[in-house]
Amino acid sequence: MNAGDVSTETLLRELAPQVLGALVRRYGHFDASEDAVQEALLAASVQWPEQGMPDSPRGWLITVASRRLTDQLRSEEARRKREETVFALEPAEQAAPAPGDEQPPDSDDTLTLLFLCCHPELSPPSQVALTLRAVGGLTTAQIATAFLVPEATMAQRISRAKQRIKQTGTRFELPPDAERTDRLRVVLHVLYLIFNEGYTATSGPELQRVELAAEAIRLARAVRQLLPDDGEVAGLLALMLLTHARRAARALPDGTLVPLAEQDRSTWDRRAIDEGVALITETLARAPVGPYQLQAAIAAVHAEAPKADETDWPQILGLYQILERLAPNPMVTLNHAVALAMVEGPQAGLDRLATLDDDKRVAKHHRLDAVRAHLHEMAGDTAAARAAYRAAARRTTSLPEQRYLESRASRLID
Amino acid sequence: MKYLLMITMNPAVLDPLTEQERTAIFEAHEAFQAPLRETGELVGSATLADPSNSTTVKVRDGVPVVTDGPYLESKEFLAGFYVVDCETIDRANELAALIPDAALTGIEVRPVMGTSGLEM
Repeated sequence: MNAGDVSTETLLRELAPQVLGALVRRYGHFDASEDAVQEALLAASVQWPEQGMPDSPRGWLITVASRRLTDQLRSEEARRKREETVFALEPAEQAAPAPGDEQPPDSDDTLTLLFLCCHPELSPPSQVALTLRAVGGLTTAQIATAFLVPEATMAQRISRAKQRIKQTGTRFELPPDAERTDRLRVVLHVLYLIFNEGYTATSGPELQRVELAAEAIRLARAVRQLLPDDGEVAGLLALMLLTHARRAARALPDGTLVPLAEQDRSTWDRRAIDEGVALITETLARAPVGPYQLQAAIAAVHAEAPKADETDWPQILGLYQILERLAPNPMVTLNHAVALAMVEGPQAGLDRLATLDDDKRVAKHHRLDAVRAHLHEMAGDTAAARAAYRAAARRTTSLPEQRYLESRASRLID
Repeated sequence: MKYLLMITMNPAVLDPLTEQERTAIFEAHEAFQAPLRETGELVGSATLADPSNSTTVKVRDGVPVVTDGPYLESKEFLAGFYVVDCETIDRANELAALIPDAALTGIEVRPVMGTSGLEM
């Protein structure tokens, strides 16, 4: 791919939600409009690099997508008529789209689209897939590759998600104020899922995958531009930046995971860290605190430690205490236990972990065994550590995690 | 999460089936797959030939030795599988129960390992 293709693709993906928004506003039919926009994007990706960029790329896309959409709607109408053998009515003539779009780019459409794609009636995997296609402008094939499923499977998932939205009768407008906070939380969670999916991918065939983590950051930036005052939007973006900054250090070229404490900090992305730290510092000073902001603050403390043993664990512990009060969940408790162990010693951490043994959500989870193994190792209890590492290795369904856990276990000698 | 739904068969179960019963099983598999294609949960599937068609390959001291027949000496054999992509293990178990062979033998449901991993 040459530089021209890259810039075309970047531009197309930025324009995708605007074009879709314009079409849905004009014609309704989110489902069919979304297909038409995909076809227009595809046509542009073939034609523009060869024939040059049109004067108004956005207008070009809207015109081409509108034509596809109206053709499709007409042929559906014609088929319906044939089937019904009714000839009485001519299809209502659709307003012909202007050659360049007359309206200025309406950035609010991106937000409306995000709310629509992250409709609470959809399952999280459907929300993710639809968001990547309709807002992110990715093709079904790219999304399918990213999630390692056949293209037909992903196409079906997206088409079903669109049908479901149609069934709910949701209109193309921002949710009412009363629902806004809850709906935004779903949107942020979907972006977080996209980020994690990309961030956890390590090596091998994953190299071919679309940069989902970068895509999530791009979408989070877009949301932040639209909602600059929202503390959690800023918190999520900061969390992504600070986590993504470690990407080069978190795995060896062969895919072996490197734990935070052993990472080569000189390979961390300083620019992303500076941006993330500035963002979270500024946000914590002005906005009501929330879970994403707290997680970003914790990531910032890690990022600011020049060496692992210079980490400000008391500050991290304090942040986990607030996080556990604000958004209690067993994964937070796990991390809280690690911080407790670093401040008060491994036994304090192990005692905290014991409170999770009866928690169905996490009792059989490999991360509970993995953290316990780590704390036993810290305490010098080699036999218990090895047993817990092995238990974690058996329970995980991730290959790189399993390799990491097995190697920790075999490294321990009585 | 992807799951492998393994269909185990046994000649003692398979042999006494009438033509009609076999056809019914075949049709039930078709009926099982259709809605899964619709939901986008079906990732792949295969029906395997009888294990009498198997060869087993062993390499000893760097020398491959090929013998006829299956590796595991057991009446039960793997007759086919589905790979499904489900949100929960409960859903995967629910799907396994819809496979017609579940009423004859048993379907083993096992997660497929992923290639992504979290920092520890």
